[in-house]
Amino acid sequence: MITLSKLAKTFNTRDGKVTAVDQIDLTIEKGEIFGVIGYSGAGKSTLIRMLNMLEVPTTGEVSVAGKNMNTLSQRKLREARQEIGMIFQHFNLLWSRTVAENISFPLEIKGVPSTERKTRVEELIKLVGLNGRGASYPSQLSGGQKQRVGIARALANNPQVLLCDEATSALDPKTTDSILELLIDINKKLNLTIVLITHEMHVIRKICHRVAVMENGRIVEQGPVLDVFRRPKEHMTKEFVKQVTEPEETEEALKHLFTEEGIGHVLQLTFVGGDAKRALITDLIRKFEVTINILQGKLSQTQDGSYGSLFINVTGDEHHIIEAIDYIRKQEVEVEVIHGE
Amino acid sequence: MNNLLVGSILLLENVNWVNMWEATAETVYMSLIALLFTFIFGTILGLLLFLTARGQLWQNKIVHSIIAAYVNIFRSIPFIILIVLLVPFTSALVGTMLGPSAALPALIIGAAPFYARMVEIALREIDKGVIEASKAMGASNSQIIFKVLIPESVPALISGITVTAIALIGYTAMAGVIGAGGLGDLAYRDGFQRNNPDITLIATMIVLVFVFVLQFIGDYFTNKLDKR
Ligand SMILES: Nc1ncnc2c1ncn2[C@@H]1O[C@H](COP(=O)(O)OP(=O)(O)OP(=O)(O)O)[C@@H](O)[C@H]1O
Ligand SMILES: [Mg+2]
Repeated sequence: MITLSKLAKTFNTRDGKVTAVDQIDLTIEKGEIFGVIGYSGAGKSTLIRMLNMLEVPTTGEVSVAGKNMNTLSQRKLREARQEIGMIFQHFNLLWSRTVAENISFPLEIKGVPSTERKTRVEELIKLVGLNGRGASYPSQLSGGQKQRVGIARALANNPQVLLCDEATSALDPKTTDSILELLIDINKKLNLTIVLITHEMHVIRKICHRVAVMENGRIVEQGPVLDVFRRPKEHMTKEFVKQVTEPEETEEALKHLFTEEGIGHVLQLTFVGGDAKRALITDLIRKFEVTINILQGKLSQTQDGSYGSLFINVTGDEHHIIEAIDYIRKQEVEVEVIHGE
Repeated sequence: MNNLLVGSILLLENVNWVNMWEATAETVYMSLIALLFTFIFGTILGLLLFLTARGQLWQNKIVHSIIAAYVNIFRSIPFIILIVLLVPFTSALVGTMLGPSAALPALIIGAAPFYARMVEIALREIDKGVIEASKAMGASNSQIIFKVLIPESVPALISGITVTAIALIGYTAMAGVIGAGGLGDLAYRDGFQRNNPDITLIATMIVLVFVFVLQFIGDYFTNKLDKR
């Protein structure tokens, strides 16, 4: 659906050249939710803005829905843009228009007749759950509601692709979740390809199928979300994965435990995929003569299954413990002995 | 003597109401026509000033510099001097130097840059993100101008035109020096020079009423249309 080849963007600033995006090759499939994560200044916005030519690439090619975006004439580019919806961190609604008029705006641009516009706007208001708010002005809405208007507006012309530039970064966690739910919903209903950029792993975890990690204008790692969570290769990726899997205070709390007498073995179990919900702990206690204490844990749901870590403290006879660890390994749960023999 | 003066002011015995009415009509005529053209030219100039600036839709350094220079120069010349400077131009254009129509070129040339700056400021206040969102939706430049830039700045444009209209009424009073007529002319010639303070008083009051009414209407619409 989207192919980027050798895409690069260099800005000429007073301080010299700044390479915001550096030779990126990327393919995004139809119907997938693709996330790009990176710290501030990594070049995420520049990258996503090149997908609809809001930013003109210095070199390289962008193809969206079979159209080579670089080579389009002004008029063709405008037509192509009508097929690509975009939502923004600060919503960018027209405050002089009501909710319904805002949603109608892209339809007016396309030249859709007014009766058709009306029915389409009604549909969209329902789709994003803003029933009864059509006559309100943006200033009368909450942040989450404004983003819903943004989404409805972006979907008005039945685009094939939706671009989200930090679409939830201005929202509180609960509202973020509701907007992400909505995105998952429309992705399924409309088989819409969604590209979103964010600096929150939480967002990636919640809705993306695949993720790319960006640093200094390059993609340093990419793959299915679960794989990247399971085996983060780059240091950067590990840091992002930690955001959602490990409680921040884990190390401190555990170190404190290690100094205690008779602490026994401390294991870190890493669950990937569907295993997290299994009654592993119960099994262990039943099958082996060991005592288990759960010290810390954090499990997260991703689009394809759960992921998370559990820190447990196992005490008992040495050979029982070894048997137990072997058993855990067989369950396709990764185990790391972080304290004890 | 003093009592006599106060009495004559209160009784308004020197006021020739026909003249007063005529002067009022001339002021209204000059202000309205000048305002109409100021609005048209000012909006165009303001839009051009905004659109040709760096990073905007029609970025163009040369055009921008020329318009900016015109706006700055004509906004800085005191109006009374501008009228005198424009005498040859006006006589050529209107064919006469007398009467309210003769004041129009100077009024428009003086007020349009003033309004153009306000239009530019109003447009600059629009969130850049909104313009970008419109581009992302595939809007053409003219759609951005007429569906985004102008509607989004309407409250600021209205408060700008209100301020300009009030300034224009002030300018019409000064236009009296070239024999343009109007309330200012009447207040100065018949009121001040002939020592009839009651005429000055009434003329001033009429001008004040105009200013207050304009400000009231302007504020009303600015608030009503501001949905931010
Ligand atoms: N218009 C511009 N002119 C000059 N430099 C720019 C411009 N836009 C971006 N840059 C530079 O490009 C780099 C990447 O910026 P970009 O906005 O893409 O980062 P980002 O990953 O989106 O960051 P954030 O998370 O803060 O939004 C930065 O170093 C920035 O200074
Ligand atoms: Mg950004």
